[in-house]
This record gives sequence, C-alpha cells and structure tokens, in this order.
Amino acid sequence: MHLHRYEKWWLTFGIGSLVLFLVIVGISAFHQGHQPPSSVKTINYEQVDKVAPFNEPGLKKVEGKDWDYELVVVASAFMYMPTEVEIPVGSTVKIIATTKDVVHGYGVAGTNINMMLEPGYVSEYVTTMDKTGEYLVVCNEYCGTGHHTMKMMYKVVDVNE
Amino acid sequence: MNNSTFLCVDKRDARLAMAHMYVAFAALAIGGLMGLLQVFVRSGRFELPANIGYYQVLTVHGVMLGLVLTTFFILGFQAAAVSRTSGTFTAKQRLASWIGFWIMLLGTVMSATMILLNEATVLYTFYAPLQAHWIFYLGLTFIVVGSWFVIFAQLAKYAQWRKENKGEMSPLLTYMVVANSLMWFVATLGVAAEVLLQLLPWSLGFIERVDVAITRTLFWYFGHALVYFWLLPAYMAWYVVIPKVIGGKIFSDSLARLSFILFLLFSIPVGIHHQLTEPGITEFWKFVQVILTFMVIIPSLMTAFSMFATFELRGRELGGKGLFGWLHKLPWGDARFVVPFIGMAAFIPAGAGGIINASYQMNQVIHNTIWVTGHFHLTVATTVLLTFFGIAYWLIPHLTGRILTPQMNKLAIIQAFTWTFGMTIMSGAMHWVGLLGAPRRSSYSTYGDAEQALEWIPYQIAQAVGGTILFLGIILVLIIFVNLCWFAPKGDEEFPVGAIDKDAEKTPKILENWKVWITVLVALILVAYTVPIMDIINGGPLGSKGFKFW
Ligand code: HEM
Ligand SMILES: [Cu+2]
Ligand SMILES: [Cu+2]
Repeated sequence: MHLHRYEKWWLTFGIGSLVLFLVIVGISAFHQGHQPPSSVKTINYEQVDKVAPFNEPGLKKVEGKDWDYELVVVASAFMYMPTEVEIPVGSTVKIIATTKDVVHGYGVAGTNINMMLEPGYVSEYVTTMDKTGEYLVVCNEYCGTGHHTMKMMYKVVDVNE
Repeated sequence: MNNSTFLCVDKRDARLAMAHMYVAFAALAIGGLMGLLQVFVRSGRFELPANIGYYQVLTVHGVMLGLVLTTFFILGFQAAAVSRTSGTFTAKQRLASWIGFWIMLLGTVMSATMILLNEATVLYTFYAPLQAHWIFYLGLTFIVVGSWFVIFAQLAKYAQWRKENKGEMSPLLTYMVVANSLMWFVATLGVAAEVLLQLLPWSLGFIERVDVAITRTLFWYFGHALVYFWLLPAYMAWYVVIPKVIGGKIFSDSLARLSFILFLLFSIPVGIHHQLTEPGITEFWKFVQVILTFMVIIPSLMTAFSMFATFELRGRELGGKGLFGWLHKLPWGDARFVVPFIGMAAFIPAGAGGIINASYQMNQVIHNTIWVTGHFHLTVATTVLLTFFGIAYWLIPHLTGRILTPQMNKLAIIQAFTWTFGMTIMSGAMHWVGLLGAPRRSSYSTYGDAEQALEWIPYQIAQAVGGTILFLGIILVLIIFVNLCWFAPKGDEEFPVGAIDKDAEKTPKILENWKVWITVLVALILVAYTVPIMDIINGGPLGSKGFKFW
C-alpha cells in the first residue's frame, strides 16, 4: 500500500516515539521495580478475622525485611481497620490489605498508593512515606450506600521532634 | 464507490433507524437530568428529595448515557449507513432488525425498572459481589442479544452486496459498519459469558458463589471494546461524511480501512489496562496488555493525518494560501462540519489523558479518581457525542423528510459552543481535583472534615457550574431534535457520503479478507487472555456470595 511522503514521516516519528515511550515504561517497571500492586495471594474472605496477619490490623515494626513496617488493613462496608495510623516519616511500609465483603478501593490522597481490594485476594504495595502530614485514605470503588463515608487517616510524623 | 445509485435511505429503513433515534434521545434527556442532579449533590449545596439515593441516580446516568444512548444511536446510524451505501434491506433483514430493536427496548425497560425500584443500584458496570435483581441482569442480556439481531442484519446486507458485486471493493461506509459490528460481537461474547454463566444464575440462586476476579476480567474484555464501539461511528463520520460536507474528497480509501482493521485488532486484547491496580493478575500480563493498548496510537495518528490532509487539500482548492491560510476556507458556518470538528479538537486533550491512564505506573495516580470521569466526559461525552449530534443534524431530517433550517443550524452551533464551554469547566475541574486524589462515584462528603477533602469542594462547585451549562446544552440539542423530527419544513436533506480522491491508490484486496483479520484477532485475544484467566481459575479463592449494600 502506498503512503504519502508526509504520512510516512508522520508515522515514522509517531511510532518511533511510541516505541521509545514503551521501552522507558518497561525499564522503569521491570528494571527499577516500579510495578502496580499485583499480588496473587488469596484468602478465604469469610475467615479474614481469623487469619494472620489480618486478625491483628495495624502498623507493625518488622526486622530483616526490605521494609521497616507492615501496615495490615481490613476493609469492610463501610470502614477500614485500623481507622488511623501514625507512621514515622522516611520509613518504608508494606501495606497488606483485604476485604471482608465486596470490592473496595484504597486510595491515599496525595500519594501514589492506590489499589483495589477484592474479596478472596490480598493486595500489597510497598512504599516510602517521605513527607510528614495527614493523608486521607478514601474508598474509591463504589461499595454501597455508605461508600463516600469510608475512610482512614495516615499521620506521617517526625518522631524526633 | 458506487453510492450514486442509492441516494436516499429507503422509507422503511428510515423508520427503523428513527425508532433507534427516539430511544437514544429519550435516554439523553433522562440521563442528562441525572447528570445535573449529580453535580448539584456533589457541590454540597443540594440534597436529593425523599428516598432517592445518589448512587441510584448515578446508575441511571451511567446506564442511560453509557449503554442505552450510545447503543441505540450507533445501531440506528449504522442501519441508515448500510441502507444508504449498500442498498435497502431485504424484508428478512429488516424484520431481524426490528426484532432486535424490540428486544433491546424490552431489555432497557426491564433494567430501568429494576433501577427505579432500587433493586439494582450497582452502577452501570454492575461489579460483583454487589448483587442486583435478576431482572436487571436479564434486561442487560436482552440489550446485548437484541443488538446481535440488528448487527446480523447489517452483516447479512454486506454479505449480500459482496455476492452481487463479485470482485469489487465494498462501499467504505458499509465496510466500516462491518468492522465495528464484528468488534461488538466478539466483545459482547465476554459480557454475555459474565452475565449468563455467572451473574444471572447467581442472582437467581442457582449458584451460590461467583469468582469476582473472573467477572471483572470478562467485564473488561468487553469494556474497553465498548469504548471503541462508541468511537468508531464517529470515525465513520469523520472519514466518510465530513469530506463531502466540506466539498472535498476522502484522502485515502485504503488508509481508512486499514485504520478500522487496526482498531478491531487492538480493541479487545487490552481490557486488563482497566485492572492495573487489581490483585490476582501478574505484572507481566498487565504489561503485555499495556503494550497492546498503545498500538491504538497507530490508527489514531493515521486518522489525524487523513483528517488534516482532507481539510488542507480542500482549503487549498478553495484558494487558501500559506501555512494555515487554508483553515479559513473551511465552512465554519455549517453545523454539520463545525460540531464534529469541535469533537475532533477535544480528542487531542482527551487522547493525551488516555495515554496517561494507560501508562502502567502512572495509572495509579488517577485510577478511580474523578480524573477518569473528566477523561471520558471528553472522549465519549464530547468527541463522540458532538460528532453524533453533528450526524443527527443531517441524518434525522434525511430520515424524516425534512430539512435543517438556517435557524436550527445556528442553534446547533450555539449548542456545540455551550457544550464546549460547560465541558471545559466541568471536565477541567474533574481532571484537576482527580490529581489531588478526589474519588469518582462518590456522593458529597467531607470525610469527617479532613483537610484534603475540604480542598476538593471548590472544584466540586466548579463542576456544578460546568454541569449546569452542559445541561443547558442538552436542552438545546433536544429542541433541535424535536424540531427535526416533527416541525422542520419538509424537504430533502442530503445524506453526505464522500467520494475517494482520484489520486488515491487502489485498495489492497487483503483488507476485505475478514477470515484473515478474525484469525489474527482471535490469536491476539488468546495470547493476551489465556494465561491470566487460567491463573485466576487455577489459583482462585473461594467465590463470593451476593451483597446488597444499598
Ligand atoms: C448534563 C450533562 C452531564 C453532566 C452534568 C454529567 C455529570 C456527571 C458526573 C458528575 C459524573 C460522576 C459522578 C460520580 O462519579 O460520582 C458522571 C458520570 C458519568 N457520566 Fe456524565 N454528565 C453529563 C453528561 C454525560 C453524557 C452525555 C455521557 C455519555 C455520553 C455521560 C456519561 C457518564 C458516564 C458513563 C459516567 C460514569 C458513571 C459511573 O461512574 O458509574 N455523561 N457524569
Ligand atoms: Cu467504597
Ligand atoms: Cu480501556
């Protein structure tokens, strides 16, 4: 098929940029580890309260791992447990969350933490909280009448103060 | 293209197409009103009267505008387009279309009734394990099955044309309808499987549990193709109708066909880009589908090139000089051109936003924030819808035997500018506050007076201002619609179909070889989906019972 000369330039430039873009995204993902939350761990959603670590929601200090804290979150209509956490600034946190009923969201405003919580699955994400302040966590997947009241609060604090 | 033989859509086909248009515009009226209520509620200055829930209103809005308006308009437009370019339907084909139309309408009424009874406040994506009444799911099934009747009639007409015109290239517009219909059929198989094998028996109590990850994956197998199903009819108008409206020629028949084939191929094996932040699907397969998603940039660039080439060639023919002088020569007073042109222009920011959404890691910044709502009010509710309005302004009078008067033409242009103005405000505010983390699909809330949530409120008031202007736009287009249906003077309005530029190359035969393209499509789907679906099935957790949290 014949292409007009300008069209050839246009498509060459376009497809070239596209390839470059995808290579950059790919390197960032698979070389530098910037991956979206994609845990494949499963759980019986009806037994969440009885299974570790979800039997004890909250922030826990851990040793010998790539992260300093584990934040265990249990979502259900229309609340998160715990409702509030205090996180020392600069610490690396692994968020481990799941739901006891329907699908919920987990979006922390002002950060890149954003993941879906689905019944039967454990969602995980590792991140570093490097700025102090209060961060509102909202449920950003419709879950029922009380959806817009479902929230949690992160207080990222400077422990040396 | 031998379209000269069928200048006018047959009366009987016109009635068929118009039936679809009535439903589409009724859906626009109802859905638009819901949109207005939503922005009011979200501003925090207004509460819904007794017992009406925000999410019930939002379900009506999504179903009416995302599913009913689009499907009915598109199928009606396609029926007229096939009849116009390939000849009138046979009695059997027309009957099949009517049967399909009534099944779809019945399905719409069933689903709508359940939503109004507050038995299906599950939003238009009906994600399990929220469980709606079975009549809601059955209604959706009817909409899909009805649509199959309508597109099968259109495909049958095409097959008949091919048989009667052996060795010739089919009319371009019919060809595009075929590509879009095939895509629709393959995509709806996914949602049909979700509803028929899982949600419907589950809501009836025949099965106790469904696998939530499977239902979502099947939904999005369909869901992304759904948005191309909205877009491609707009592209039909851009490629085939607009050149004629401005008095020019279609830049290239083969490029137009090739871009539709590329849309078809890369419409379905990409749905996981809506599930990037979900558990249960590994990074590798998410990334594979992200790459496939980005392939759509290629036909998009081709389309942009063709459009501007057509405009420039025509502008220069009319004596336009210099780098941009040809722009002035275009018919800026003709609603059939101006309204879709604004839609095209809106696609530039809309497409840029889409690239961000699909960008693997960046998706986390915007996923399920109101940014996404801002995004698709630019794509579907501006680019696609303004093009549909632009189509309606000649199609409706063509079908009803009336004309678009200069007054209505003027009103149509005012309508488009009203829309643009309102949308810029509403969508702009949604994009901006979405970046701050404000969630979509959420009623008014200060989240216990959280500082961040309080910062979002001015943007929500801006959305209410923009949304009100938009609603004004809906009233204007409804006035024009009513005029064109029943009040405009009788006359002959043209159904514009462009001819191919005489310098364009002959179109390669392979583009009409559907066996090849369907094979490639199925292969791509298998590559993109087999492993992720097997992973979910094999590693899947205990399924979910239904919940009714509204
Ligand atoms: C008067 C004009 C309109 C206004 C004021 C409006 C307003 C809105 C608002 C505020 C939302 C988000 C609500 C939320 O997430 O809480 C929304 C969602 C939506 N709108 Fe519109 N809209 C209008 C027209 C349209 C049109 C013409 C279409 C389609 C052609 C459309 C399609 C949608 C869809 C599909 C959703 C998503 C529903 C969901 O998330 O379940 N809207 N609209
Ligand atoms: Cu929620
Ligand atoms: Cu998509």
